[in-house]
Amino acid sequence: MTTASHPPASQSATQARSETRSEAPPSPSPVLETRNLTKAFGGLVAVDDVSFSLQAGELLALIGPNGAGKSTCFNMLMGQLAPTRGAVWLKGENITGMNPRKVWRKGVGRTFQITATYASMTVGENVQMALMSHHHRILSIRPRAHRLYRDEALALLEMVGMADQAERHCAVLAYGDLKRLELAIALAHDPAVLLMDEPTAGMAPRERIRLMQLTAEIVENRGVSVLFTEHDMDVVFAHSHRIMVLNRGQLIAEGNAEAIRNDPRVQEVYLGGGTVFAQEDAADA
Amino acid sequence: MGLFIAQLITGLANAGALFMVASGLSLIFGVTRIVNFAHGSFYMLGAYIGYTLMQVLPGAVGFWGAILLAGIAVGVIGMLVEILVLRPVYRAPELFQLVATFGVILVVADLTLMIWGPEDLLGPRAPGLRGVIRIMGEPVPKYDIALLVITPIVALLLWYLIARTRVGVLVRAATQDREMVGALGVNQAWLFTGVFALGCGLAGLGGALQLPKGGADLLMDFNILTAVFVVVVIGGMGSLPGAYLAAVIISVVNVFGVTYLPQSTLVLIFVVMVLVLMIRPYGLFGRPEVAGEHGQVGEPEKPIRPAGTQVRLLVAAGIATLAALPLYGSSFSQVLATDILIFCLFAASLHFLMGLSGLVSFGHAAYFGGGAYVAALIVTHSNSPMELAFVLAPIGAGLGALIIGWVCLRLTGVYFAMLTLAFAQLLWSLVFQWGEVTGGDDGLVNIWPADWLNDTTVFFYLALILCIGGILAMRHVAHSPFGYALRAGRDSDRRAEATGINVKRVQWLGFGFAGMMAGLAGGLFVFSKGSVFPNEMEIARSFDALIVVFLGGVKTLAGGVVGAATFKGLEEVITRFEYWRLILGLLIIFVVIVMPEGIVGTARKWAERAGWLRGEETRKRKAREEAA
Amino acid sequence: MKRKTFLKTLMGAAVAVTMAPFAATAQDGPIIVGEINHYKRMAAFAGPYKMGIELALEEINAAGGVMGRPLEFIFRDDQGEPGEAVKIAEELMTRDGAVMITGTILSNVGLAISSLAGEKGYVYLASEPLADSLVWASGNDYTFRLRSSTYMQAAMLAEEAAASGATKFATIAPNYAYGKDAVAAFKEVLTELNPDVEFVAEQWPALFKIDAGAEVQAIERAKPDAIYNVTFGTDLAKLVREGGDRGLFDGRTVYGLLSGEPEYLDPLGDEAPEGWVVTGFPWYDLEDGPDGAFVKAYQERYDDYPRLGSIVGYMTVQSIAAALERAGSTETDAIREAFKGLEVASAMGDITFRAIDHQATMGAYVGTTALRDGKGVMVDWEYKYGGDYLPSDEKVMELRPGN
Repeated sequence: MTTASHPPASQSATQARSETRSEAPPSPSPVLETRNLTKAFGGLVAVDDVSFSLQAGELLALIGPNGAGKSTCFNMLMGQLAPTRGAVWLKGENITGMNPRKVWRKGVGRTFQITATYASMTVGENVQMALMSHHHRILSIRPRAHRLYRDEALALLEMVGMADQAERHCAVLAYGDLKRLELAIALAHDPAVLLMDEPTAGMAPRERIRLMQLTAEIVENRGVSVLFTEHDMDVVFAHSHRIMVLNRGQLIAEGNAEAIRNDPRVQEVYLGGGTVFAQEDAADA
Repeated sequence: MGLFIAQLITGLANAGALFMVASGLSLIFGVTRIVNFAHGSFYMLGAYIGYTLMQVLPGAVGFWGAILLAGIAVGVIGMLVEILVLRPVYRAPELFQLVATFGVILVVADLTLMIWGPEDLLGPRAPGLRGVIRIMGEPVPKYDIALLVITPIVALLLWYLIARTRVGVLVRAATQDREMVGALGVNQAWLFTGVFALGCGLAGLGGALQLPKGGADLLMDFNILTAVFVVVVIGGMGSLPGAYLAAVIISVVNVFGVTYLPQSTLVLIFVVMVLVLMIRPYGLFGRPEVAGEHGQVGEPEKPIRPAGTQVRLLVAAGIATLAALPLYGSSFSQVLATDILIFCLFAASLHFLMGLSGLVSFGHAAYFGGGAYVAALIVTHSNSPMELAFVLAPIGAGLGALIIGWVCLRLTGVYFAMLTLAFAQLLWSLVFQWGEVTGGDDGLVNIWPADWLNDTTVFFYLALILCIGGILAMRHVAHSPFGYALRAGRDSDRRAEATGINVKRVQWLGFGFAGMMAGLAGGLFVFSKGSVFPNEMEIARSFDALIVVFLGGVKTLAGGVVGAATFKGLEEVITRFEYWRLILGLLIIFVVIVMPEGIVGTARKWAERAGWLRGEETRKRKAREEAA
Repeated sequence: MKRKTFLKTLMGAAVAVTMAPFAATAQDGPIIVGEINHYKRMAAFAGPYKMGIELALEEINAAGGVMGRPLEFIFRDDQGEPGEAVKIAEELMTRDGAVMITGTILSNVGLAISSLAGEKGYVYLASEPLADSLVWASGNDYTFRLRSSTYMQAAMLAEEAAASGATKFATIAPNYAYGKDAVAAFKEVLTELNPDVEFVAEQWPALFKIDAGAEVQAIERAKPDAIYNVTFGTDLAKLVREGGDRGLFDGRTVYGLLSGEPEYLDPLGDEAPEGWVVTGFPWYDLEDGPDGAFVKAYQERYDDYPRLGSIVGYMTVQSIAAALERAGSTETDAIREAFKGLEVASAMGDITFRAIDHQATMGAYVGTTALRDGKGVMVDWEYKYGGDYLPSDEKVMELRPGN
């Protein structure tokens, strides 16, 4: 996929310029940066020339109506999808086209919209599993796995307020607890970047606030940069440092809560169709 | 040219019965997700019932009426089986139902023997359709022409049923998304029953229709099974057009194979199957399985823990009792214990694979038999010492498993299972056919251990050490990070990949390890029996292990060993009775219904409920309190 | 985890209780012989065989038994599995007090038991399995075989085929060891007798999975003068039907190995082929001589007619009784020595267990098939003595490296 960062010569001037820029590593200050990220499925362009950067210690929200391309964008960042064009840089390194495992090793953690945990293990083991992977112990057949990295796992669980549940069977957890567990797992390898796909989907309003407060604390305490997608505007406006709006694959606005609220294009996309409320209802249902 | 056309007609005529049986199996799988091993038994019943009816009903009307009635009768039998045997276990873990259908095979086999007797029955001729007509000078039996017409009619009727009626809408909906049918306000249970009955009826129809081309015999249930599975898999599981096309392809390829490659009769269809699956992993008209589509039925597994001191002491006491066997047991008891130990190791190796990684292999005997053959071949052809052959058995089997696993792991779920079956059959055919090297089905004989081991008691100790050692080693691995990684890949492929775990590689190594352990069991087997035959690689042997693993409890650590020891022991007693298959079949069905989580899983549940297992119970109660 | 322990204990206990050594058989109790067969898997064959054994046992015991002791058989089902058969053989010999083992139809099971017998020093009389290797390539000091082997029966047919003068032959045989041996032996003997013969087609259908229409087309395509058939059971029924319909057998002589045995001929009913030269068992025409006497006794004892298996079962008991009498002991070595060169006045006349390769000289009936009262029978048959259809002694020594 290295060719993806070399768009054909017939591209517009801005793209040509950005191409020359992407030859050299971008300035080291952004932790994560995308350049002209594009994904086309056949004729349909799901993500169209998206460039943004995530600064250290930033809590950045990516919003947009259904089908705007948020998930596609996420999947390209994590390596599940290879971009048609454009590049992803992490801490000055081009990680475009790397597989999810490698991206993770480079320091990107993620949570899923529908939680993905190991149902047959305890809460603690779920976190230990990530730690074992981080320490390259996956193929080891020597020691007893349930004792490996136990303290570190407990510390991570402590951070998300779940240390007291470390012995519980993961399959019996409440949904909110699963979300917090996923957060602990995602932090296991001390990532520079955390990608959270709809972190509060399916949660009760009070739980949503709790989870986002927790995320904010983690950003503050551990210096992690977080990029998250979200449907709930209250969550977005209350907790993010900066917001990007994606519509039909294109970034149409970027700024703080105030700026986004007042952006006429955003209002048109969201309020014009009344989709904000419709989607919130859907998410709550 | 005339010959070519005649051959084509033969192939198309042969496709008839095959299509009917396969379409039934495909339909049942598509809607209920049951892999119906007993489908061949319904085919056999169709033939026998059709035969009997043809004796009673006169003339052409009687003949064709008998075929139709046989189909209906088998459909009704299928319905009863579904209601009595399968309905209670729909909530059981993935593929568990196939164990129940295996029990049905045994029961049907013995009942058929009881009712119709042991002799082969020659199928009656179709009235008015005896003899041939000439097409371009080549003789073509009239009944072949009849089949040529009937099969597409049945296929079209089925297509109409599925594509144009409300029932068909529901069936299609259920094939796509089972939950949705519930949402449509349809009684899912009766839909399943209906589809199962229809599928069995089609098998019965196929069995009755082939009567004029052959007859009814007691081996036809197993004899058609592999071909039907191959057709369903090539066509794409759940796809009727796929089943038709695949039946035609297989039959026609076979006809030409017979003429131009007469030696190929054993391997041809499996080669076709492997080729198709390499190019189209989900068959010609199949669609990829959605992850967890039918895996997440039943409760998730409990977390595992290494045994505590108390349990360890008990295990040690048990092993000590076993080790003292030569002190109080007869020589034969040691032979029997050796047999059981070897089977336990074999079953445990499959259980390791299934339980930890969730990969279901339908061809695990390839590695058991493979290990046995590696050892036997080395002894026979290179005069190597037994010790070397013994060491190379697990290594050879493990390498074989790595190669086959590498190919099979491109697929998942049932398709993975089917591909493992295809490779096991290929390997079996190789061993069976390559007489100069492997001895064919006359096997390799006089493979005895070295003198120092050639004593029942000494060999028993070797088996004891290696089998218990192997089983403990697998348990050890289950508790290691590698074992955890296997479970992680099974529980959530997404999460594992997103935390740096290469799931495919972990599964691949797990597959190789399981194969190696099976090979160790195979190595022990060949030296305990002194000979090895292709039987040890057969589908039946793979099923043996599969059945006991399910019966023991897939989602428990001890399930494989417990299931193997229990059933091997029971078999030892039951096979002394005349109708032992009936007894064993009923017993299996009984266990399936009463213990849907296997012997160990269900026993643990009972023990928890009764409060005997404190650790689990308190953890659970605590969990409930916290949840409340 | 807990249950594993429980199980181990249980298993230990069960083994301890059930497998406790039985009291050694008393010297004046019955002499026990272990009989292992595929009673379930090959019920149609093993059933009549067992009836033949029981008839012979009743007669012998009514006449005072062997060495003054009654003779008793323990019948065990091996499910057609060699591994299972080996286990059962051990049980019969070490627990049940059997003095020797007999039985099996399937060659692979016979070979497995033979291998065990050679290793552990048990006498094994292979009653029905046909594989040549049982007494030749894999032969051992403890294994004897009663029935005329694949080679012998194929040689009988090859002799007939050579006499017919046909030169272009097609063969069809199930794709497994028996089929391959049968074709190889037929080709070997026929080529020796008539070097001009040519084999224009060799068909190998999978056992019990024949695609008869296609096989018939393939044979027809090669335009042979004569056909050598080794298929049996359902394969034979399908071949006969398709071949008959399509005119494959018109103007061609078919040489059918075992095709004349009631086991295979009777299920064909009125569609039994006519004019085939076959080996088989024409019990319906046996009146005089020991075979006639056997048929009469059998039909009196059972409401059934004998199959080939029945007379083999009967002769198995006769052979064992004769060996025991000759040995004068139930010790393994004595029995084994007694079998070598043993002469038995059997239901098929006098036979000898050859010392050179332990093969009995039991023969076979060779005749031509015909229809009689809507049933297939053998006519113009002749009993051929097995001793005349074995290779020379030098050849046998070569074939049997164990010697």
